Amino acid sequence: MVNVATAFTPIASLVGGALIGLSAVMLMSLTGRIAGVSGIAVRLLPPYADSEFGGRLAFVAGLIMAPVVVLVVTGRLPAQTIQANAAILTLAGFLVGFGSVWGNGCTSGHGVCGLSRLSMRSLVATVTFMAAGIVTVFIARHPG
Amino acid sequence: MAIVFQFAIGLIFGLGLLISGMSDPAKVLNFLDLAGIRWGTWDPSLAFVMAGAIAVTFVGFNRVLRQPRPLFGEKFHLPTKQDLDIRIISGPAIFGLGWGLAGFCPGPAFTALGFGSPAAVIFIAAMMAGMLLARWLANRPSLSRIATPVDQA
Repeated sequence: MVNVATAFTPIASLVGGALIGLSAVMLMSLTGRIAGVSGIAVRLLPPYADSEFGGRLAFVAGLIMAPVVVLVVTGRLPAQTIQANAAILTLAGFLVGFGSVWGNGCTSGHGVCGLSRLSMRSLVATVTFMAAGIVTVFIARHPG
Repeated sequence: MAIVFQFAIGLIFGLGLLISGMSDPAKVLNFLDLAGIRWGTWDPSLAFVMAGAIAVTFVGFNRVLRQPRPLFGEKFHLPTKQDLDIRIISGPAIFGLGWGLAGFCPGPAFTALGFGSPAAVIFIAAMMAGMLLARWLANRPSLSRIATPVDQA
């Protein structure tokens, strides 16, 4: 697999990150909920423990519509290169879904909201998934 | 009314993922590839995404959580678990493995659906299946004695 080079974008990444933070603060302020995408996604699946399905679906619909809004406003889609084939995508998706629910959170729930709350569990989770991701990419890209 | 706001909040989150570059799996994988430091291909951008997101969330949460209650809710739902059980290591380890394989975590995978990407459909379907299995396992009586069910964590 040939690696696709990507440019270092400190300003855009900082601004985009700040928007993610703004979204998390707004969700807490309005609904009192953590903006953890894995937690929101798993609660879209039955059985339901509360009656906030509609709000969660609206949040996910907003995520999905974001590239469409960018396309309408700027006339083109942002860069996105997916190199994994169907088999890898299936395996990776399953592991991401299982692991994020088993560990009560993903990049957003633990990495952004949890760290911002100074949660020790989220710090352990973030260090662990970062390390696991780094090791996985190292083995996949630099075998032997 | 709350639902309109929640759509807007998801949209802002998605725009943040797109503007920051987090929605591009190639960028995520180039960040995780620390060997790239030696080859000049390492992309440290995602550290800036985390920094920007945490800075705003840290300050914002401090202000918001001083309010008596959220605008459209009875109370703030904050995680109460504090203990470091095996699941807080094993879950993220499995998650990180999948993240490193394809470069997608759940948020960017949903925005990829909006690109009309068939790859995203495959990833999301597998992800939801993985989530269902994890929740089912976590909620089994034999396990919930030693670990908190997902919906209560």
